[in-house]
Formats: sequence, structure tokens, C-alpha cells
Amino acid sequence: MPVRPTAALPTALALTLAAAATLTACGGGSGSDPDTVKVSFKQSTDNSIKVMDTYLADIKEQFEKANPGKKVELVPIKAPDAEYYTKLQQMLRSPKTAPDLVYEDTFLINSDITSGYLKPLDPYLAKWKDWERFIDTAKAAAKGEDGKTYGVPDGTDTRGLWFSKDVFAKAGLPTDWQPRTWDEVLEAARTIKEKVPDVIPLNVYTGKPVGEAATMQTFEMLLYGTGDATSDPLYDKGGKKWITSGKGFEDSLAFVETVYREKLGPEVSDALDPNVGTRVRGEWLPQGRLGIALDGSWLPQDWLEGSGHEWPEWSKELGLAAMPTQNGQAPGRVSMSGGWTWAVPAKAGNPDLAFEFIKTMQTKANAQKWYVANSGIAVREDVANDPAYAEAQPGISFFTGLVEHTHYRPAYPAYPKVSTAIQEAMEGVTTGDMSVEEAARGYDDALRDATDNQVVER
Amino acid sequence: MSDGARRLLPRFLPLTPALALLLLFLAGPIAYCVLIAFTDLQLTGQAEESFVGLENFRRAFGDEDFLNAVWLTVVFTVLSSLVGQNTLGLALASLMRRASKPVRTLTGGIVVTAWVLPEVVAGFLLYAFFRREGTLNAVLDLLHLPSQNWLYTLPILAVSFANVWRGTAFSMLVYSAALDEIPKEITEAAEVDGAGGWRRMWHITLPMIRRSIGTNLMLNTLQTLSVFGLIWVMTRGGPGGKSQTLPLFMYEQAFQNSLIGYGTAVALLLLLVGSLFSLVYLRLLRTEV
Repeated sequence: MPVRPTAALPTALALTLAAAATLTACGGGSGSDPDTVKVSFKQSTDNSIKVMDTYLADIKEQFEKANPGKKVELVPIKAPDAEYYTKLQQMLRSPKTAPDLVYEDTFLINSDITSGYLKPLDPYLAKWKDWERFIDTAKAAAKGEDGKTYGVPDGTDTRGLWFSKDVFAKAGLPTDWQPRTWDEVLEAARTIKEKVPDVIPLNVYTGKPVGEAATMQTFEMLLYGTGDATSDPLYDKGGKKWITSGKGFEDSLAFVETVYREKLGPEVSDALDPNVGTRVRGEWLPQGRLGIALDGSWLPQDWLEGSGHEWPEWSKELGLAAMPTQNGQAPGRVSMSGGWTWAVPAKAGNPDLAFEFIKTMQTKANAQKWYVANSGIAVREDVANDPAYAEAQPGISFFTGLVEHTHYRPAYPAYPKVSTAIQEAMEGVTTGDMSVEEAARGYDDALRDATDNQVVER
Repeated sequence: MSDGARRLLPRFLPLTPALALLLLFLAGPIAYCVLIAFTDLQLTGQAEESFVGLENFRRAFGDEDFLNAVWLTVVFTVLSSLVGQNTLGLALASLMRRASKPVRTLTGGIVVTAWVLPEVVAGFLLYAFFRREGTLNAVLDLLHLPSQNWLYTLPILAVSFANVWRGTAFSMLVYSAALDEIPKEITEAAEVDGAGGWRRMWHITLPMIRRSIGTNLMLNTLQTLSVFGLIWVMTRGGPGGKSQTLPLFMYEQAFQNSLIGYGTAVALLLLLVGSLFSLVYLRLLRTEV
């Protein structure tokens, strides 16, 4: 039967309308149910790692039991860090997609605060006794430029020097090594180079390929140990301006330059390989091919059972030392910290319930369970002082001890660009393409560019 | 309504849903992209975005890193697509016509395998091949030749090679099909007239497959311009931006520095580079034999 062209029209129109209706309905399901709290978190991209999932499932159960009639909906986002931030920021833009509670990296929290994505928590915190238990530096990590607090940290990390006792013994260095100045670190590396020539004396991350690891694990670990080692050398909080390169900045670059010029570090081409971090953890340290590594508290995660490269003996074969300040000036040691916080989106439907969920997560017992499960460093005094926590893993009490002298990055909106500028300066002195002065001037230019000239000279 | 319109309307009406969907899902995002290229939209760190006109474009042309990326994109495209994939594809296709069947199957199989491998997997394989302790240097050592860290000293060459390795199969398939189309009589006649291999290639084969060359070059170039994963895995655009082509530069600006507006403007400029290449090839296509 010949079909008139117009006969198909009503059907097609109906289909289009139905499709359009379905599409808009997708966007319409907001967090408007007053009895359900929606919790978004970062799920590991590794299917075998379920630490966060297990922990949250447990909290959900406790919360639902304690609050009859209330429900928790867990919304996992499975993505690597950078993509998780992007996805989250897109969700936070609209009340239709914003969850009630989100897991925020301190790296970007200030940026998201500036965007107006998050809700200040001060009214809640004022009524919450446990908040006093959190150490001050950790509280500051989630504070916006307006002085309000936007997140509750659930742990942190610290950084220090890992060294191979075996290499140290061969080089005739003490296996309970605790350097007091930068020079002592370099001296130890020189001794290793001379006495044990087939190992890499010292690894410090550098350059753009390794990204934020170069900025935080190396450069800021040096920079925050210069000057009086207490005030922020990158950002002037009072004047809200970024600080151009000064003596401390140049000294830190000079340290990196020395390491690579004197060949105390890995081959420059290896150091600038994006995968150098994996090699440090997976090959160089476990195989005894590296003397000293300036690195983070999370390394043992890679050596746990079931990780594919187990190394339970690490706690006997490696020593730990705090990174000293430049000339040993007070407080003598330096560390940098990052970590994650729980925050409530500005467009959340149920902020009150969301904060109740935070409280459940942050009972002392639950917090402790979490720190131990994810090899995190405690930001609560009561947990840090609990022997059960300190003995849960080797190294944990050493890295917790550093929290006292740790610094958080000035993670304001321009920070990612500032960090890239630092990496470029480091790369310049690492390859020898730039002198320290040239690299520092380059940083100043890039800094002005990245911050719309919101800079101050010191 | 005129009579013509009255007759045409029922014919076009059924197309409207398709047209609407096309506009919504294809043209919509493109138009949105063009729009935000003229704003200072950031993913985060900004209370409100505003319209900035041509600022993003002005900024790009004043940005050394952008100009470096444009140059590297052109080098990468010329080396790996124009010279590498295209020539090697043609060479393989013509050689394989003369080869015995097992050789043909084997070569074709290997080349096509490289092509079907996901970009990221191919990237890792070639990273392992080129790195300092990699396969290439092991072979060079064996031959007592000096080894190099290719990814460090000649990154753009290394990633270009990787793209040739991965993408040649496509050209080979296109040219195999084109060569099959050439009537045997013509080649035989030329052979009788005493034309050697090179002359036959130059005077008969190339002019006859001219259209395929044009199509292949265009497709290859567009594909090569957008290569991201391969370079990202092998070098992340480094060291020091020495292999940072436009897609990597765009990614860095948009997602690492959160500058969505600027990144999108760069994307539009990449589109421009692509259309310039296409224009040249279209001229080539237009010429009749």
C-alpha cells in the first residue's frame, strides 16, 4: 500500500515530543526529596580497591539506623583526579545536579569557593563539639579568603625523606640519619655518589611532566623551609597577593640545580619522564637503586599485600627522616600537606542532613577507622594520640609527628597556574637551559600573567 | 502560500524531527563552543563569566606557548601524516601487489594490528620502545651504535614515528583499493612501450589515483591534527613543551588551568588549521586528469 508522506507525520511528532519529555525529565530529578541525602565521592579507578566504598557503606548503615526515616544515596564518580574535579564542578553548577555532600580536594577547594559552588559551614561548626579536636592547620585548609570554613577535612598527608639503610651502610653513613640542614642532605647524597656509584643518590621530582608532584613534593618542601619557615613564602594572605620570587625562591631553585648539575639525582631524561613516580615507588626504592627519596607518606600503599608489588620488609629496609629547614632554623623541620574534605554544595537541597552525615563520619571511632583504612594521616588530636592508631602501620607515627610543622598550599584560584610556572622554572634549571636567576625572572613574569598582576615583591 | 511551497511542504515535514535532533545535538554544542570562545568562562575560580570579544584570540597570538604548539602541530602533521603515513602507505600498497600471498597476508596483518590497537595502548607500547631503557636502545646497543633517549632529545620525531606506526594501515588500505582500480591494459601498454617502474609510477599510477591521494591526505591530516592520547601517554607534551601540539595545549588550558573559554578559542583555531590543510587538498582533488 502506498503511504502518503504526511501519514508518518503524527507518529514522528509524537516520538519527538516523547523523546524531548524524557530528556528533560532526566534533568528534573533533583535532590529535592527532603529525606534523602545524596553523597558524591571519588571512586577508585582500580576495581580491586574498595576502601572508600566499604567505609561509606558502613557509615550509611549507621546513619540510617540513627536517623529513622532518612535515607543515604551514595553517588560514586569513577575517575582519575583531574577528571573528577571537572565532573564535580559541572554538577555543582546547577541545583538540579548538585548532590547534598561532596568530597573535595583541598587543592581546588578555594577555587570552588570563589565560584560560589560551596556553602559556608560556620553555623554548623559552631554547634559541633568535635570541631575543637581538629588541629588548626587542618582547619585552615578548607577556609576561604572570606575567613569562612567550607569543608571538614578527613585526614591529610605529609612528606619527608625516605632512605635506603642498605645504601647508607655501604656509604658509611649512619642508618639513623636525621639531617639538620639542606647542606647535610646534599652532603649525604655526595657521599653516596662517591662510595656507592651504581645507585641514584637522591631523587627530587622536577619539571612539568610530573606536574603537581614537582611543585609540592620538591619545590614547596624546600621553599617553606626558607626564611623564618613559618610565614607563607608564596602568598600574602593579608594583602591577598602572590609573592614574586625572592631569595628563598632562588635558593630552592639552586638546590634543584645542584642536584641535577652534580648528577646527584637520576638522569635528567629519567627525571623528566612522566612516569618517574611509578619507578621510584615500584623499582628504584624496592630494588635498592635509590639512596634518598623526598616523597609522600602514602608510598607504603603501593607495597601492601595484594598490590602486585608487595614489599612488607620496607619498614626494616627504609629509614625515615624529616626534611630539614634550609639552615636548620626553627622549627627545624618542614612538611607540606594536602588531603580531602567533605563539603556541602551551595545548591544542595538538604544541607542540614548533609552535615549530620559528616558528623556521623567524624565520630572518633569512625574517623580512626578511615585513617587506618586509607593510610591517611590523622587531623584530629584525639585520634593522633591513640596508640591503636599509631601502631596500625609502620611509619604512621613518624608522618603524624610532622603534622605539627606542616604547611598547606595557598590553593586559591590561580594556584594551578602558579604551580605550572614553578614547574617550568624547575625544569629550566634541571636541564641547565636556564640559570637560577633567569628561571626566577621567568617565574615572576608567568606569575603576573597567571594572577592578573596581583603580585607583591618581598 | 504558493503552489510550489504547498507541494514541497509535505515532503519536507517528515524530515523535521531528524532536522530538529540534528540541530539540537550536533549544531547546538558547536554553536555553544563558538559562543564560549568569546567569553572568559572558567571551570572554577570565578564568580561570574563575561563576554570578552576577541580577547582570547588576541591572547593566543601573543602567547609563545600557543605559537610553539601551532608550529609543532604543523611539523607533526607534515612529518607523520603527509610524509610518513601517506608515502609509506602507498609504498606498502604497491609492494604488496607484487608480493606472494603469505607475505601479503602477514604484512597486512601486522600493519592493521597497529591500526586497531587503542590509542593509549599504542602509546604505551611505543613509550616502552623509545624510552632510555627501551627496546630501540637495546637494539642500538647490540649493533654498537650510540643510544639516545629519544623521548627526551627528539620527542616530536618520536611521537611522529609513533603516529606513522599506528596510522599507516589506513593509507595502505585506501591505496590498495585505488591501485586495484587501475585498468591492467594501461599498465601493460606502458610496459610494452618500455616504461620502467618509476616512470609508470610517475606518469600512470600517480595521476590515476590522484583523487584517492587527495581523499587520503585529507582524512589522514584531520585525524592527525586531533591526536591526543598517543602524545599524552608518551611525553605529556614535554619535555619543556617540545612535543606539545595544539590538542595538548588546549587540554592544558581548559582542564588543567580551568580556562574553558581560552581552551575553546584555541579549539576553534585548530579547526582553522584543519580547514587550511583541507583547502589545499580540495584544490588537488578538483584538478581533473
